[in-house]
Amino acid sequence: MSGVAPTTPPELLGSRSSRLLGSLRPRGLLVAALSTAVVFGTVGYVIVTSPGWPQVQESFLNADVFRASFPSIASALWKNIQLFVLAELCILVFALVLAVMRSLPGPVFFPFRLTSVVYVDLFRAVPSVLVIYLLGFGVPGLRLEGVTTDPFVWGLVALVIVWSAYVAEVYRAGIEAVHPSQEAAARSLGLSRLQGLRFVVLPQAVRRVIPPLLNDFIGLQKDTALVSFIGVIEVFRRTQIEAGGSFNFTPYLACGLLFLLLTIPMARFVDWLAARDRRRQLAGAAR
Amino acid sequence: MSDAGSAALRVEALYKSFGDLQVLRGIDLTLQEHEVVCLIGASGSGKSTLLRCINLLEEIDGGRVWIEGVEITGRGVNVDRVRRRVGIVFQAFNLFPHMSVLGNVTLAPRKVLRLSRAEAEAQATALLERFGLADKATEYPDRLSGGQQQRAAIVRALAMKPDVLLLDEITAALDPELVAEVLDVIRELAAEGMTLLIATHEMGFARDVADRICFLDDGVILEQGPPTEILAAPKELRTQQFLQRIISAGRL
Repeated sequence: MSGVAPTTPPELLGSRSSRLLGSLRPRGLLVAALSTAVVFGTVGYVIVTSPGWPQVQESFLNADVFRASFPSIASALWKNIQLFVLAELCILVFALVLAVMRSLPGPVFFPFRLTSVVYVDLFRAVPSVLVIYLLGFGVPGLRLEGVTTDPFVWGLVALVIVWSAYVAEVYRAGIEAVHPSQEAAARSLGLSRLQGLRFVVLPQAVRRVIPPLLNDFIGLQKDTALVSFIGVIEVFRRTQIEAGGSFNFTPYLACGLLFLLLTIPMARFVDWLAARDRRRQLAGAAR
Repeated sequence: MSDAGSAALRVEALYKSFGDLQVLRGIDLTLQEHEVVCLIGASGSGKSTLLRCINLLEEIDGGRVWIEGVEITGRGVNVDRVRRRVGIVFQAFNLFPHMSVLGNVTLAPRKVLRLSRAEAEAQATALLERFGLADKATEYPDRLSGGQQQRAAIVRALAMKPDVLLLDEITAALDPELVAEVLDVIRELAAEGMTLLIATHEMGFARDVADRICFLDDGVILEQGPPTEILAAPKELRTQQFLQRIISAGRL
């Protein structure tokens, strides 16, 4: 336990300290410290004194295995970062197209709206891992001329397909939050519908949804581990290999630690953005 | 259509409903070039809807509209082209909050009239200077007072050099002490010969600036004439009642 426990709680406490401890007085702080010690102490005691603890400690918290496997696992994370960054760029564009399609008015654009609605319903309902399997094994199975069989590519495509559905909904919420009078003002100046969207509505919509967008990207970062199922040697697959080679589960711990390091900065950045937005709105209301 | 040739704006038998609610029930209205016409009437009498219909922001149910003798309500009319010629200023300003004042004013000239950035900015700066906003060009709208925001919105509409400017209760959202600075701008535009159609509750302003006042009641123009006639000696009972209410509210 000793090697792991201190890593997580300080991060959680430190980042939210303003809200977690914010209004507590010295007496309150003392009570908080005591009750924390009691709660976590009890949990720790129960775990450490459990009959299977020595074996668990040996197979999950083995320092030698950790040291030996960490470098190779960490280097495999590079694959996830590539996946995640490439997917994120594609998703930002594709989801925006979906959201704009959904917001087009009038009977002429009905097929576009329908396509967007069906797409979003479909890919929010289907588990990501299923789409990854279908594309990763199905498309290469077709043996099409000139079409890549690289699982990295098809894993990437699957992630883009699935997460675009979520992100399109986030964009749509942003578009709908821009008051119709803004579009009326744009159109009244002679801007076309597309120009009004491009220069007036979308810039305001995107600004509003940056925090929820980033939130979805934290989810995407974690989902990159799913492409291991179609044979991409990324961090999770490398971890499985290391675990299999050492007959020890400690590599999974190393893997989890790496994901923490990857997502926590992003989570804190989202918090900071949200707080900044709140401050701005308050400043606006005060005027 | 030949008699519409000389008029800056002509509206004929305009009808507009929202669902079962008939808002405009046959509006006939002609504005000569350089004429200033004020629309008065109770809330819900159709003033705003009439302005929005003239700018084609609302689809009309019946009737025709001409700008400078060209019908804008026919089939296949390029709506964006029409809107370049008819400016509108809204009660709630509707400035673009994510752009500076200069950005607000130059957007349409650059994207619609295809002016270069330098040209558009030079023209915008000159306009802003004229209306006392030169030092606010780089500010964002929410940093401005209501009066300054509304003047910026007027400048934004003027930057498109419209033939007719529609003003939709542009002082209704302003604090009383800020109303004057906006009305002064409109007086200046009127004096310069801009064709203006103004929906307003400011009767004193209407009396000063208007060549003609139209009283809108229940979707029709019930009575119209020079300010002295309409405000001092209205013929219709409904007009008299409306003005009585305004006077007792201390607004005239």
